[in-house]
Amino acid sequence: MLGEGMLKGLAETAKNFAGSFVSKERMTTVQYPEERIAPIENTRDFPFLVYDGSDAMAGLRCVACQICEKECPPKCIYIVKSTDKKPDFVGKMQIYPTRFDIDISVCMSCQICVEVCPFEAIKMDTEFELSTTDRFGGLLYDREQLSKSNEHYHKIHPTEAAEVDARLAEEKAKAEAKAKAAAEAAAAKAAAAAAAALPKEAPAKEPGA
Amino acid sequence: MSQQASFWNNLDQVFVLLQHRIAGYFPVWLQPVVETILAVVGIVAAFPGIFALTTVLERKGLGRMQNRLGPNRVGPLGILQPVADGIKSLTKEDIVPLSADAAVHFLAPVVLVIAVFMGFAVLPIGRNMVLANLDAGLLFFFAIGASTELSIFMAGWSSRNKYSLLGAMRAVAQMISYEVPLLLSSVVAVMITGSLSTVKIVEAQSGFTGIFPHWYVFTPWGFAGFVLFVIAALAETNRSPFDLPEGESELVAGYFTEYSGFKFALFFLGEYLGMFSIAGFAITLFLGGWGAPLSVLEFVPSWAWFFLKLLAAIAFFIWLRGTLPRLRQDQLMNFAWKFMLPMTLLNLVVAGAWRFLGDGWPRWVICSVVLLAAYVLLGRVLMRNQNLGARSYRYAD
Repeated sequence: MLGEGMLKGLAETAKNFAGSFVSKERMTTVQYPEERIAPIENTRDFPFLVYDGSDAMAGLRCVACQICEKECPPKCIYIVKSTDKKPDFVGKMQIYPTRFDIDISVCMSCQICVEVCPFEAIKMDTEFELSTTDRFGGLLYDREQLSKSNEHYHKIHPTEAAEVDARLAEEKAKAEAKAKAAAEAAAAKAAAAAAAALPKEAPAKEPGA
Repeated sequence: MSQQASFWNNLDQVFVLLQHRIAGYFPVWLQPVVETILAVVGIVAAFPGIFALTTVLERKGLGRMQNRLGPNRVGPLGILQPVADGIKSLTKEDIVPLSADAAVHFLAPVVLVIAVFMGFAVLPIGRNMVLANLDAGLLFFFAIGASTELSIFMAGWSSRNKYSLLGAMRAVAQMISYEVPLLLSSVVAVMITGSLSTVKIVEAQSGFTGIFPHWYVFTPWGFAGFVLFVIAALAETNRSPFDLPEGESELVAGYFTEYSGFKFALFFLGEYLGMFSIAGFAITLFLGGWGAPLSVLEFVPSWAWFFLKLLAAIAFFIWLRGTLPRLRQDQLMNFAWKFMLPMTLLNLVVAGAWRFLGDGWPRWVICSVVLLAAYVLLGRVLMRNQNLGARSYRYAD
């Protein structure tokens, strides 16, 4: 019959109207600044730089390879390479960024920088209350503002961070094993060389003697 | 006892007495002018006040229907929201498109608000409380109401924007189509009363049988007329589900797309005031105007009853807006010409039959059966080729 569906609809909205006064579970929204919903694990908005240890600048994982800078679609990353080197997490000497700026007013949160980074140095943050009264400078983040600890990363994306840590540990172990093997090989070689060199050395001494 | 009665009587006439008291300070030849100005000031103050209240209550009500809280930040429970909105719209930049017809663009909202305010002139909002008791008050209201279409088309045409023009075309098509059932559905009240005067129509409904009032809505033709009038009124005022002229998802904002700042606020005001005046006429024609709903409640001032009924009507309109989706243009036109028009025409015949069948129960049965049968039959015919239910898309599957 004509109008039947309308009456059903009216009953439904009336039920919602009355129900919203008595039942808290019905409410689909929260009163934001006072109440908050914890962000889900895969939340992402803007990138940050991960550092290990306690000193942000010393522990920065970034090696200024500039892949992210080149891949960034809106070109919001600006990197200046250092002229000197510092040891990375495996102890290998690497260059580092003396400047690493991201203009988050340009960033489109595509996560491509994170995908391309071979050093697990840049990750997506979940911080969203970034409003500022300075329209240009306030949204241009430098190296110090961007760097956040690995613990922070573990807090916001626990699963992903655990995977990253496992991978880095494996790499480190591999590198250490390799270094050890290399060292052993070098030592063996040195020993062999020494052993081989000994008889040679004796005659060599002779002319000098 | 009589002192108490005179207290309630004075309260009923408090605005009228106040008007006479103030006018008494002026020379006699000036008094009619002063009285008129005072009444105009009352109307111009009261209805925009209700408009301000409605905007916040509507947003809160719609929120509740969607299980949200609605605005609750400005003032206690968000009740000062209209003040913030008003300040915002006053301080916003007033943008006129470069290629717009500046004069018409400026005049459109003004014409709308003036036309809508004039409609209140013949609306009886209480006993002895009508600005102009015209013999053809109803005719005046519909004539003035039709000129809002002009202002809407002025707005759409002068903006030089395709969305504005589309919205205006839709608005004109819709409002002219629904003007017909709106008029015809109100004619039944005129037929039975024998007068076009809004005051006489209310007085004709002011009697009581036992404790129940003689409102026209409690008769078969009155009920049908009331329902048809409300549907046509919704379409006339561009309210949901007939808000095609300003369908946000299709036309940005329809005919007032290019309006900003206070002109936008004027359109908003005009639209709501149009809703109030047409709801006021639905009340006047079918819900007994300022009459009490039960004879034992007659001591409550008449203007209080009018405004309570008005608020109830507004609440119902908000409820409908929170429930119904927007119609499609062809559905809108089909509904106007294939359902509304035959029903209103039939209702005229039924009202005539009611008048000449004499008192007694047979006329109740005959009129109810005829209207109900027509409703079911027309509903069936309308639904026949509608294929209601899950949609299938020819090329999407």
